[in-house]
Amino acid sequence: MAEIKLACEVIKQVEDICEKHGNKPGELINILHECQGLHGYLPEPMQRIIARKLGIPAAQVYGVVTFYSFFTMTPKGRHPISVCLGTACYVRGSEKLLEEIKRVLGIDVGETTPDGKFSLDCLRCVGACGLAPVMMIGEKVYGRMEPQDIRKVLEEFAD
Amino acid sequence: MKTLTVDDLAAIKKRAEKLLELREKSNALVSEESCGIEKGTGHLQILCCGGTGCKASESALIVKNLKASLEQHGISDKVDVITTGCFGFCEKGPIVKIIPDNTFYTQVKPSDAEEIVSEHIIAGRKVERLLYVDPETQKHISDSKHMNFYGKQVRVALRNCGLIDPENIEEYIARDGYAALADMVFHKTPEEVIGMIKASGLRGRGGAGFPTGKKWEFCRAYQDDAKYVVCNADEGDPGAFMDRSIMEGDPHSILEAMAICGFCIGSNNGLIYIRAEYPLAVHRLQVALEQAREYGFLGKDILGSGFDFDIEIRYGAGAFVCGEETALIHSMEGKRGEPTLKPPFPAESGYLGKPTNVNNVETLANVPVILTKGPEWFASIGTEKSKGTKVFALAGKINNVGLIEVPMGTTLREIIYDIGGGVKNGKKFKAVQTGGPSGGCLTEKHLDIPIDYESLTAAGSMMGSGGMIVMDEDDCMVAIAKFYLEFIVGESCGKCTPCRIGNKRMLEILTKITEGKGEMKDLEMLKNLAEVIKDTALCGLGQTSPNPVLSTMNNFYEEYEEHVKKHKCRAKKCKALLTYTINPEKCRGCGICAKDCPASAIMGDVRKPHVINPYLCIRCGMCMSRCHFGAISVL
Amino acid sequence: MILDAAASIGINIPTLCHMDLKGTCVKNRPASCRLCVVEVQGRRNLAPACATKCMPDMVVRTNSMRVIKARKTIAELILSDHPNDCLTCPKCGECELQALVTRLNITQMPFSGGELSQRKKELTPSIMRNMDKCIFCRRCESVCNNVQTVGALGAVRRGFNTTIAPTFDKMVKDTNCTYCGQCVAVCPTGALTEHDDTDRLMDDLCNPDKIVIAQPAPAVRAALGEEFGMAPGTLVTGKLASALRQLGFDYVFDTDFAADLTIMEEGAEILERLKKFLAGDKTVKLPIMTSCCPAWVNFYEHEFPDLIEYPSSARSPQQMFGAIAKSYWAEKMGIPREKLVVVSIMPCLAKKYEVTREELKHEKLQDVDYSISTRELARIIKRANIGFAELPDSDFDSPMGESTGAGVIFGTTGGVLEAALRTVYEVYTGEALPKIDFTEVRGLEGIREATIDIKGFPLKVCIAHTLGNARKVMEKLREGKLDYHVVEVMACPGGCIGGGGQPYHHGRIEVLQARQKALYAEDASKPIRKSHENPDIVALYKEYLGAPLSERSEELLHTHYSDKSIK
Repeated sequence: MAEIKLACEVIKQVEDICEKHGNKPGELINILHECQGLHGYLPEPMQRIIARKLGIPAAQVYGVVTFYSFFTMTPKGRHPISVCLGTACYVRGSEKLLEEIKRVLGIDVGETTPDGKFSLDCLRCVGACGLAPVMMIGEKVYGRMEPQDIRKVLEEFAD
Repeated sequence: MKTLTVDDLAAIKKRAEKLLELREKSNALVSEESCGIEKGTGHLQILCCGGTGCKASESALIVKNLKASLEQHGISDKVDVITTGCFGFCEKGPIVKIIPDNTFYTQVKPSDAEEIVSEHIIAGRKVERLLYVDPETQKHISDSKHMNFYGKQVRVALRNCGLIDPENIEEYIARDGYAALADMVFHKTPEEVIGMIKASGLRGRGGAGFPTGKKWEFCRAYQDDAKYVVCNADEGDPGAFMDRSIMEGDPHSILEAMAICGFCIGSNNGLIYIRAEYPLAVHRLQVALEQAREYGFLGKDILGSGFDFDIEIRYGAGAFVCGEETALIHSMEGKRGEPTLKPPFPAESGYLGKPTNVNNVETLANVPVILTKGPEWFASIGTEKSKGTKVFALAGKINNVGLIEVPMGTTLREIIYDIGGGVKNGKKFKAVQTGGPSGGCLTEKHLDIPIDYESLTAAGSMMGSGGMIVMDEDDCMVAIAKFYLEFIVGESCGKCTPCRIGNKRMLEILTKITEGKGEMKDLEMLKNLAEVIKDTALCGLGQTSPNPVLSTMNNFYEEYEEHVKKHKCRAKKCKALLTYTINPEKCRGCGICAKDCPASAIMGDVRKPHVINPYLCIRCGMCMSRCHFGAISVL
Repeated sequence: MILDAAASIGINIPTLCHMDLKGTCVKNRPASCRLCVVEVQGRRNLAPACATKCMPDMVVRTNSMRVIKARKTIAELILSDHPNDCLTCPKCGECELQALVTRLNITQMPFSGGELSQRKKELTPSIMRNMDKCIFCRRCESVCNNVQTVGALGAVRRGFNTTIAPTFDKMVKDTNCTYCGQCVAVCPTGALTEHDDTDRLMDDLCNPDKIVIAQPAPAVRAALGEEFGMAPGTLVTGKLASALRQLGFDYVFDTDFAADLTIMEEGAEILERLKKFLAGDKTVKLPIMTSCCPAWVNFYEHEFPDLIEYPSSARSPQQMFGAIAKSYWAEKMGIPREKLVVVSIMPCLAKKYEVTREELKHEKLQDVDYSISTRELARIIKRANIGFAELPDSDFDSPMGESTGAGVIFGTTGGVLEAALRTVYEVYTGEALPKIDFTEVRGLEGIREATIDIKGFPLKVCIAHTLGNARKVMEKLREGKLDYHVVEVMACPGGCIGGGGQPYHHGRIEVLQARQKALYAEDASKPIRKSHENPDIVALYKEYLGAPLSERSEELLHTHYSDKSIK
C-alpha cells in the first residue's frame, strides 16, 4: 500500500476522537468505528496516531483492525455493494446474485472497480429476510433480486 | 435531571395509558366493521412498522405520505401516525395497521397512503386490495387475529413489538414498563428477585440454555469493587434477526432488565454490546437511554432508592465469534475477539477482570414481565424443562417469512405449516435448520418433536439463538453443510488448531465432494474430523462448528453417497455435477440462449437445434432461464 | 493445572503452545494448540491439561484411545499446514513439532494436499522469519508483548489466515523490533530462527588472505556444552578456545577482556557523574544506566528517546573489542585493517545487528565484521568434524585473551553491575574491597535493588532484566520517581545466559539457573577478579589509551544514541 499522508485536519479529528474517549485502550473499537466514519477506511497513519494516543503498540491496533470484518484499510467504491449471504438469502439464491455481480463488474469480493465506482462485499443478514435475496448499494436495500436484474440496477448509478 | 418518585410513575402511567387505550381495547375487539371519520369514529391511529425489514421497503416514506395526506385533508388532529417496532410478518411487509378496527394492511407502498387515508380513515371503507389473502381459502382477512400466522403465537418477549412507539418511553410505561424496577428497588431484596427468576425457569435464549437465575446467583456471589451487566446484542447467525427486532421495537424492556440484573448481582454498570451493522437498533437504544435517564430510571439514585445504574453502548465490528461470552468481553476491552478458556467464567473474572454477567437480548426482554406477572405465570407456559416462549426468525423456503414467538413445546410442524404457511411454491419440504452455524438440519421425521432445549439437542441440532431456515427439495444438503462451514471458516478466530485448520480441511473435503471428486474414505475422514473438532475445540463456536456437517451426514447420508458414488446432486445445486442439454426436438433454433450465454458455449445455426459444449459450459443456468420453449434441461 | 500435576508424577503430556519459564515472567498459556487434551471423567469434551485446574477426586485419563486419536488428528492438522522440509530446516533436531510427530508415531499425512496459509518470509540482520512454519502457538507474541513490552509482533487477521506479523505486515526491520531474539528463543518450530552467518565464516576461515580472530562472549562458555550433550551449566571455556583454534581462527581472544575494558570506561563514567552530583551539579544525569546490551540500546532509542542521555556512553564489550583489535592490536601486529576479520561469538541475536550500526563504524568500516550465535558455533564445530567433548582445554591468546572474574559475570543479570561495583569501590575509596562478592545484586528476580555502602556513601543500585522490567524502571525515571545512582539492564531473561542465540532452553528454568551458577563459579575460580587489575588492560591504557575517558578512549570506546522512535 502506498504511504498516505494525512491532512492536518484529519490528524486533529483522529486525535479529538481519541481524546473524547479518554485515550482509553479499552475504547479502541469504538474509536476505530468513529475514525473509519471519517473517510470510510483506516489508513496506516491513522492507526499510528490512534496507537500513539492510546499508548499501545501499533501492532495491536493493526491486529484488531484485521480481526474484525467491519474495518477496512482500503477505500471503498463510491457505491459500495453488499450482497447478503445470510442463510435465508442463500437458500433463495443470493450466491447466483453474487456471481452475476462479480461477472458484470469484473471484480471479486473485497475489491473495488478500477474507476472507484463500485466495491463489492458480502454481509450476513440485513434483517430483510422477507425480501430475500437482498443486496444493498450504499444505504439502499434491493430485495427479491434475480441475477438478470443486476445490469439494470447497476445502470442506475451513472455518475 | 429530575428525580421521579413512584407516585410520579403512577401518574405517568395513567397519562400514558390513554395513548394506548385505543390500541389495547382494539386488541380485544374483533370486528369486521371498519371505522372512519365519516362513520363517526372520533379518533384513529395508524401504526406503521418501522423495523429494518419494512424500512427497506420504504416504510418511512409511507409514514411521511400518510402524514402529508392527513394534513391535506385537515384531519391531523384526529389521527395519530405511529411508527412501531416489527409486527413479525415480514413476508408481507411493510405492514400498516388501522386502530381501532384492527385492519391489517400488507405490502403497502408509499403510493397507497393517499388511498388509505381517503378510503379508510375518512370514508370508513377497507382497501380490499391491501388486505391479506388467506392462501387456502383465497379470502381476504382484515384482522391479524384470524391469520394462521398469528394464531398459535404467544407474545411475551415481543409483547410490545408492533404495538408501542419504541421512541416514546411513556408508551412503554403504560404497558407496565419500569413497574418491575420500581417495585424491586423499594420492596424486594436481590435474593428475592433472583429467586423469582429461578422459579420462573427462564433459561438463556442465546443458545446453550443456561438457567438465568442461577447465572445471576453465581455472579452475585463474587465480591469486587466493580461488577458489570452485559447485554449480548451481537446477533450474528446468518438469517436471524430476533434480537434486533426486540431492540428496535421495545428497547426499554432491555434497559429495565439490565437495571434489574444490576440490582440483583450488585452492579452499577451496564454495557450493551451491539453489532455496528444494526444502525436502527443502535439509534432506538440511544433514544431509549436518553429518555430513561431523563425519567430517572437510569443514572444515580434511581427513583430516589439510592440504587445507581447506568448503561453504555459498545459496538461490535463484524465477528461472529464475539457472540461467545469471553470473546465478547475481550472485544469490549478493545482487543481481538478471541475466546479464552472457561473457567474462570465471566461471573468470576469478566470485563476488565471484574465479575460480569452476560445475557442475551431475548433473555433480558423476558425479565421485567416475569417480575410483573409472576414467575408462576411464566412457568405455566412451555414444557417441563423449558419454560416460557421462544422467538424464531422463520425464513427460507417458506410462505410466511417473519418473526414469530411460540410457547416452548410447540412442534416444528405447527411452526412450519400452521404459522409459516408451508413450503413456498408448493415444493416438498426437505429440512429445517435451527441454531444457525452451531445447529443442525432436522428432517421430516423430526417435525413432531416439541421444541425445547433438550429435544433439539437430542435430535442433533440446537436451540441456538432462534434462526429457523426452511429448505425444500431444491436444496442440496451437502451444499448447505458446505455453506455453513464456509461461514465458520470465515468467522473462526483462528486461535485453536482444531477450529483454525480442522474446519478448513473439512471445507476442502466437502468442496471436493460437491465437485464430484469425493471418495468414500472422505466421508469417513469428514466424520472423524468433525468428532475431534467437537471434542477438542477451545470455545463454543468451535465445539459446535461441525454440527451442520454431522447432522446432514446423519439425516441425509444418501445425498452424500450420491455425490460421491454417482456424481449426482439430486437438488441440482452442485454446479460441477450438472449437465445442461438442449432437447433437439423442442429447440426452435431461435438463438436467444446462444446470445445470452456468458461463456459462448452454445452453438447452432439459425432455426436449427442448438447444442451446448459441455467443456465450455460454466453451468450458470442462464440458457435455461432464457429458453421460451422449455428445450433446455439439466441432469 | 493437570499438566504440572501430571509432570510431577512423571507423566509428560505433550504441548506446543504452553511455556512457563518459572520464576521469570516468560509465560504463555493460550490453551490453543489443544495437543495437551485429556479426558476428565464426567466432562462432555476433552480438557486442555495446561489450563484445567486439578480438583479433589478428579479422574483424568491422559492416554485413552479417545485422547490419543484426538491428539494425533490435531498433530496431523498442524502438519497439513506446515512445509515438509524438515531435513533442510534450520530447526531440525531442535523442533518441538518434529519431536511431537515422532512421539505420536505419525507416519502419514491424511490431510495433506490442502491449501497452505501463505505468510511472509524475511531475513533481517538478526532474525530469519519463515512464517509458513508458524503453528500459531503465540509464544513469540507473548514474549514480544507481555515480557518485552516491545509490541513489534502481534496476531493479525483471523481464521485460517491468522498469522503473527509485525505492524502493518511490514518487515521487522521497519518496526521498533529491538532484535532481542526472545521470539526465536521460544519458537517451537523453524518459523523464527537466527540469521545464519556460518557459511560466511567458513569462507573467511578458508581464505588465506584473511586474518580471522575470534571473541567469544562470557555466556557462551556456560551454554555451548549443551549442544554436545553436556549437562546445562557445564563450563567449556578451555574446549571453546581449542575448538575455535581447530576451526582455523588465527587468533582466539576473549570478549571477557573487553568486558573488563568496559568496566574501566563505564566505571570512570559512573565516578565522574557521581562526583559532579556530590558537588551539587543538578544537571548531571542519574542514574547512569548500563549500555552493553544492544537490544536494550535499541529499546530506549525507540521508546525513550527523551531519556537517551541517562545510559552510559560506553560501547558494549563486543564493540570495544573490535575497536581495539582493529586499532591497537592491528597496529601492533602490523596487520592492515582490511585483512583483519573480527568475528564475535555471542549468546545474542541483537549483536548481529549491533555490528552494523553506523555510529560504531570506523571510516565506514565495521569494527566487528559479524557475529555468530552460540548455536551457530555449535553447528560449525559439528560440520568441521570436531569431537568437542574430547577436546583438550587451552588458553586464549594474548593480549586480548586475558580476563578477570569481573568480565566473566557480564553474562548474567546483575553481573555487569557487580563488576562495576568492584572497580568503583576500590577506585573511589582507594582501598581494597573487604568482600568481593556482592551477593545482594545476584538472583533471577525481575527487578532487584540494593544499597551498597561505599565507605559511608550509600550507593543505590537497581538491576532489571527483560525489557518489560526495563520499561517499568524507565517510566518511573520519566516521572522523576527513580531514586538510584546506577541501573543495570539486560534485555533477556537472566541476562545473556538466556539470550536469543543460546542453545534452546525449551521452557526449562533449570537450564538458566545452571548457566548462571557456572558463571559465578568461573568468577570465583579466577585468580584476578577485578577489572582494573587485569594486567593486559593496565598495559593497554599505558601503551595506547592513556586513561579512561581520555580523548582516544572516547573516540574508540564510546558512542552516542539517537531518537529512533517511529512517528
